[in-house]
Amino acid sequence: MWPQKENTMRQIAIYGKGGIGKSTTTQNTVAGLAYLGKKVMIVGCDPKADSTRLILHAKAQNTVMDLVRELGTVEDLELEDVMKVGYGDTKCVESGGPEPGVGCAGRGVITAINFLEENGAYTDDLDFVFYDVLGDVVCGGFAMPIREGKAEEIYIVCSGEMMAMYAANNIAKGILKYATSGKVRLAGLICNARKTDKEFELVSALAAKLGTQMIHFVPRDNQVQRAEMRRMTVIEYSPEHPQAQEYRNLAEKILNNKMLVIPTPLEMEELEDLLMEFGIMEAEDESVVGVAEAAA
Amino acid sequence: MSAEAAVKYVTETTEAEKERVAAWINTEEYKELNFKREALVIAPPHTCQPLGAELVAHAFEGSLPFVHGSQGCASYYRSTLNRHFRDPAPAVSDSMTEDGAVFGGQNNLHEGLENAIAIYKPKMVSIFTSCMPEIIGDDLVAFLKNARNKGIIPEGMPVPFANTPSFNGSHIHGYDAMLNSILHTLTEGKKVEGRCTGKVNLIPGFDANTGNFREYKRLFAEFGVPLTILGDISDVFDSPCDGSYHTYPGGTKLDDAADSINGKATLSLGPYSGAKTFAWLKDNYSGKHAAIPMPLGIAKTDELIKKISELSGKPVPESIKNERGRAVDAMTDSHQYMHGKKFALYGDPDQLIGYVSFLLEMGAIPYHILCSKGSKKVEKEIQALLDASMYGAGCKIYMGKDLWHMRSLVMTDRVDAMIGDTHGKFACRDAGIPLFRFGFPIFDRVNKHRYPIIGYQGVINMVTEICNKFIDIKDETCEERFFEMMR
Repeated sequence: MWPQKENTMRQIAIYGKGGIGKSTTTQNTVAGLAYLGKKVMIVGCDPKADSTRLILHAKAQNTVMDLVRELGTVEDLELEDVMKVGYGDTKCVESGGPEPGVGCAGRGVITAINFLEENGAYTDDLDFVFYDVLGDVVCGGFAMPIREGKAEEIYIVCSGEMMAMYAANNIAKGILKYATSGKVRLAGLICNARKTDKEFELVSALAAKLGTQMIHFVPRDNQVQRAEMRRMTVIEYSPEHPQAQEYRNLAEKILNNKMLVIPTPLEMEELEDLLMEFGIMEAEDESVVGVAEAAA
Repeated sequence: MSAEAAVKYVTETTEAEKERVAAWINTEEYKELNFKREALVIAPPHTCQPLGAELVAHAFEGSLPFVHGSQGCASYYRSTLNRHFRDPAPAVSDSMTEDGAVFGGQNNLHEGLENAIAIYKPKMVSIFTSCMPEIIGDDLVAFLKNARNKGIIPEGMPVPFANTPSFNGSHIHGYDAMLNSILHTLTEGKKVEGRCTGKVNLIPGFDANTGNFREYKRLFAEFGVPLTILGDISDVFDSPCDGSYHTYPGGTKLDDAADSINGKATLSLGPYSGAKTFAWLKDNYSGKHAAIPMPLGIAKTDELIKKISELSGKPVPESIKNERGRAVDAMTDSHQYMHGKKFALYGDPDQLIGYVSFLLEMGAIPYHILCSKGSKKVEKEIQALLDASMYGAGCKIYMGKDLWHMRSLVMTDRVDAMIGDTHGKFACRDAGIPLFRFGFPIFDRVNKHRYPIIGYQGVINMVTEICNKFIDIKDETCEERFFEMMR
């Protein structure tokens, strides 16, 4: 209802364009933090409920809303029914939600997080809570993780692709709105590389324009997919692999990150200029807009 | 059944068929089907969170209840309170409509606050929510911070707020959330180490009987113990008719509420309806804290009197001992009219526990005990009362059931009377039994909220009402040869 008491727990929300690899990046990073001895809880805030499978080696975890659907009420629900413990003692909860096309997924996130709060899921021994949130902050419900007393650090997962950068800039706009009335801050961009041209430079440049940093450049490596086939993080599947080291580096950087900023999102024109500067987009030629290939 | 078939069924049903169904719904067979019902609630004996929030939002000096949400919802809470007390229940809403649902309700809240503060000049605006902003996830913390930054809320004006989704819990939870927020807001930064006001704070729990509030004040005055009721509705909903209209006729003084954090002790009489507030207050308020049951009946009132004596360090005054004696005398004089009578009863957990305790004291049988929003804990507490009395044997508790279940119960397993609110009158009419209206809301009798049911005086009032009704029934139905002067 009102801001909670201060404690040392850091709450982090991960946003980014749909399909960019938020859940994979989150779970591998959390595994990295667990590897470093940190106690973490992951709260999946997506009706798809795939935020914890690599930590739990499970196909699908019972979500809060699954059980609410079964019981017909949230009042009879017990914390142990929805909280599972996986790799490195990491606690996992999925909010879940309705099937596509019905009901209100945003309210599902609110119900789930209220439930966790009221039933003492946020224990003092936790060092981190990670919220893995649905691609776009489409309504008030999906902003629940960044309300006052919740996550104050946001990382945006993106790549050098044009749409991912548009999305990152849009999310920065959302954060700006919340930052003016609360403590939420942008903590960095995580580049989940797609091997596009000049990706490192481009994402670094976008980060600089947003007033933040590219906290880590995670190179593309199929080892991630091989680990996923076994429903594992790379850190658990092949701790010696260089990709595992990348995630540990990212975890280490997040652990030591002090750069929390109110973002300075770009106007559309500025963003397009940036993309043109790096050759991702060509200057618009008004004379060919709307002209079909055969006619040109 | 298609719509056409339904119309045909209703319009072309024969008298014989109607009679068959009317008789069938009174049978054991129907009761069993009724209790298997899962998909539907019929006449639940509770209402929604914001209504409870509004009751307590009225209960502080100059406090304007403000509904963040739809206008129709706000009208419902207002008219329910208004019909119960037959007094105005002035409250405002920020009237969220389609655009508010899409874009979020911040603009509504800001504009609403601006207007309400300018027009109604409150000392405090107490905000609570209807369903819509809860579904779309409006962030009241941020909205109110922005309102302060924009200068919409005057410097220093307290604006408590509570999230009260109607689709969750019941009116007692809304009461709890709003009271908690009001106290949290008013007492912030007011704690002074070493200060003690010497007063006892009282949380009455969700209670819409203004007579009860006056009775608490009288009892504490008899003791000579200074009292702050946290959320006092007595002068708000029972204000004198003096020919002029007062928007804020009473309520707990804001200074008293702010200073309540430095109280000598805090006593909650709503262990269920004030649970969260009390839990919060235990960690924040100075002095001693205690939560005891609502003082209905002799035993529960004794508990209150002993507690006041313990917390204040003052002996029980003779006047109260005499009052108790008179209540016991009233019970003894009339026990033969209640003894062995079976009752069906329903209500909020705090009241229900009190009714059961009171009935058992009178040798009456609380036979069907129904609660639509009870927990296992409530059930256990009631069961313990039943187990401790010979009159509790065979009595049954029905948790999570509604008044249509209650109808089946009283039609198949008959009782002599029912205790509840106005909504019980339909089942009572069908069963041919009287309804004693001690609950909330009471729409169909006058001045009931002016007669306390708590304390020793409350015992006398309840006994008088119940026994005289049974005597009336006897006078109306007895054979000529048994129609006597003496009863």
